[in-house]
Amino acid sequence: MVLANFFEDVGKYVLMMRKVMTFPQRWKMFFRQYMDEVQKLGLDSIWIVIIISFFIGAVIVVQIALNMNNAFLPRYTVGFVSREIVVLEFSSSIMSLILAGKVGSNIASEIGTMRVTEQIDALELMGVNSANYLVLPKLVGLMTFIPVLVVLSMVLGIFGGYFVCHFTHIVAVADFEYGIQSFFKPFYVWYSISKSICFGGIIASVSAFFGYYAEGGSLEVGKASTNAVVMSSILILISDLVLTNLMMQ
Amino acid sequence: MIEAKHIIKSFGERTILDDINAVFEAGKTNLIIGRSGSGKTVLLKNLVGLYRPDSGEILYNGRDITKMRIGEVKVLRQEVGMLFQGSALFDSMTVFENVFFPLQMFSGMSRKEMVKRTEFCLERVQLKDAGHRYPSEISGGMMKRAAIARAISLNPKYLFCDEPNSGLDPQTSIVIDELIHDITVEYDMTTVINTHDMNSVMNIGDKIIFISQGKKGWEGNKNELMKSENQELNDFIFASDLFKKVKKAENLNLLK
Ligand SMILES: Nc1ncnc2c1ncn2[C@@H]1O[C@H](COP(=O)(O)OP(=O)(O)OP(=O)(O)O)[C@@H](O)[C@H]1O
Ligand SMILES: [Mg+2]
Repeated sequence: MVLANFFEDVGKYVLMMRKVMTFPQRWKMFFRQYMDEVQKLGLDSIWIVIIISFFIGAVIVVQIALNMNNAFLPRYTVGFVSREIVVLEFSSSIMSLILAGKVGSNIASEIGTMRVTEQIDALELMGVNSANYLVLPKLVGLMTFIPVLVVLSMVLGIFGGYFVCHFTHIVAVADFEYGIQSFFKPFYVWYSISKSICFGGIIASVSAFFGYYAEGGSLEVGKASTNAVVMSSILILISDLVLTNLMMQ
Repeated sequence: MIEAKHIIKSFGERTILDDINAVFEAGKTNLIIGRSGSGKTVLLKNLVGLYRPDSGEILYNGRDITKMRIGEVKVLRQEVGMLFQGSALFDSMTVFENVFFPLQMFSGMSRKEMVKRTEFCLERVQLKDAGHRYPSEISGGMMKRAAIARAISLNPKYLFCDEPNSGLDPQTSIVIDELIHDITVEYDMTTVINTHDMNSVMNIGDKIIFISQGKKGWEGNKNELMKSENQELNDFIFASDLFKKVKKAENLNLLK
C-alpha cells in the first residue's frame, strides 16, 4: 500500500515534470517571472546564508581547534580542515537543507494555494500550461542562483573562522591563513557548486510537486508545505551521498 | 451552442452524472440548477474539459471536445471564459493585470491595444478605478466583477459561471446576474450558469436544466418553472417560503 502510493507519486511527479520541461509559451513573460523568482528565492535568502555561514564557520574552527590540541599536529591543520568542511559539505549540502526549509515551504505553499483556490484551473482553462508557467521560472531561478549562494557561503564560512582566530587567538592568524591556503584543489569548489545546482533542482521541483497536487483547503496547503520540506531534505541527503561517491572517486 | 449527449461520469464506485442530455443555446443564459451535491460543478467541469466524462459527447458547435487532441483543446479554450466559484483571480497580480494576462498570453495585440481592451473590459464591469488594487484589497462583489472582466477579455464565445452569486448579498447578486445576462445577449455568447439561487433563476433563467441525483429531472424556462408538476423540482423551488407565496398568488391569478 505504502509502496503503491510511492510509485503513484513518482508517476505524478514525472507527469508534472514532463509538462514543466517545455519551452515557455511567452519568453518575455518567462524572463520577467524568472527575475521575480531570483529576487524572491535567491536574493531574499542572502541574509540567512550570510548569518548562518559566518557563525557555523566560526564554530567549526573553535571545535576543531579545541579537539585537535595535539602536539604532533601542526596548528595550521585547523585552517585546512575547516576549509575542507566548509567548501565540501557545509556550503552546498547543509546550506541546501536550510534553503529547503525556507524556499521549499515558500514554493509549496504558493503553488498549493493557487491550486486550492482554483487559480491553476483558471490558468489551464485559458489554455496556459500551468505547470510550465508556474514551475519553470522557479526551477531555473533557483538552479541558476544557488551557486551564488554557495560561493557566498564558502567565503563567509571561512571569514567566520578567520574572525574567531583574529579575536580569540585560539589559532594564530598566520597559521590559519597558511592552513586555508594549503593543499587547495579548485575542483572541490566546482564539485560543491555542481552538487548545489542539483539540490536546487530537487528543492524547486519536489516542493512544486507537493503544491501542485495539493487538494482541499488551507490545512492541506500547510501539510503540503511540511511534506515538501521533509521530502526535499531527505532527497538532498540521499543524493549527497550518491553524488559524493560518484564525484569524489 | 453546446450540446451534451449521454454524459456519464463516476468517481470510483459512485456515479455522479447519469446520462445527462442537454442543449445550451447561444445568446441565452442557460442555468443548471439543483441541490447542493447534485453534481452541478462536476457537470460544468465536464463541459469545459477539466474532467473527462466516462462516456458521452460534448459538442461545441458540432465539435466534440472529448475527442479533441490537447492542442485542439488549447485553441478552443481561447474561446472559453469561466467564472469560478471563488473567483480564482491571480492574487499576485492587480485587477488590471488579471484582465491583461489572457491578452498578453494569447491575443497577439500590440501593447496599446491590450491596454485599451483591458480598460474597456474593466469599464464594462464598472471597475475602472480599482485596476491598481490587488484581489485581497477588494470586496467579494468586486472580485466577481473582476473575474467576469478577465473571462470576457478575449471575447469568448462560451462563458461558464459556477455559482456567480454565492456569498453575495441579494442586491449585488442581481447586479452580477444582470451583468452576465447583458453580456451574453450583447455578444451572443453561449452562457452556462450553475446556481441554486432562486432569485437568479427567476431573473435570468432563459433556459433551465434541473439536475437531481445526477439525472436531468426537468428542463424548461422560468415561465414554465412555476407550473411544473415535477415533485423533486417543486421541493427544490418551494423550499423557500417566499416562493410558496409567489406560487399561491399565481394560482389566484394575482400576478398577471
Ligand atoms: N473530484 C471528486 N472526486 C470524488 N467525488 C467528487 C469529486 N468532485 C465531486 N465529487 C462528488 O460529486 C458529488 C457532486 O458534487 P458537485 O460539486 O458537483 O455538487 P454541486 O451540485 O456543485 O454542489 P454545490 O451546490 O454544493 O456546489 C458530490 O457528492 C461530491 O462528493
Ligand atoms: Mg458546486
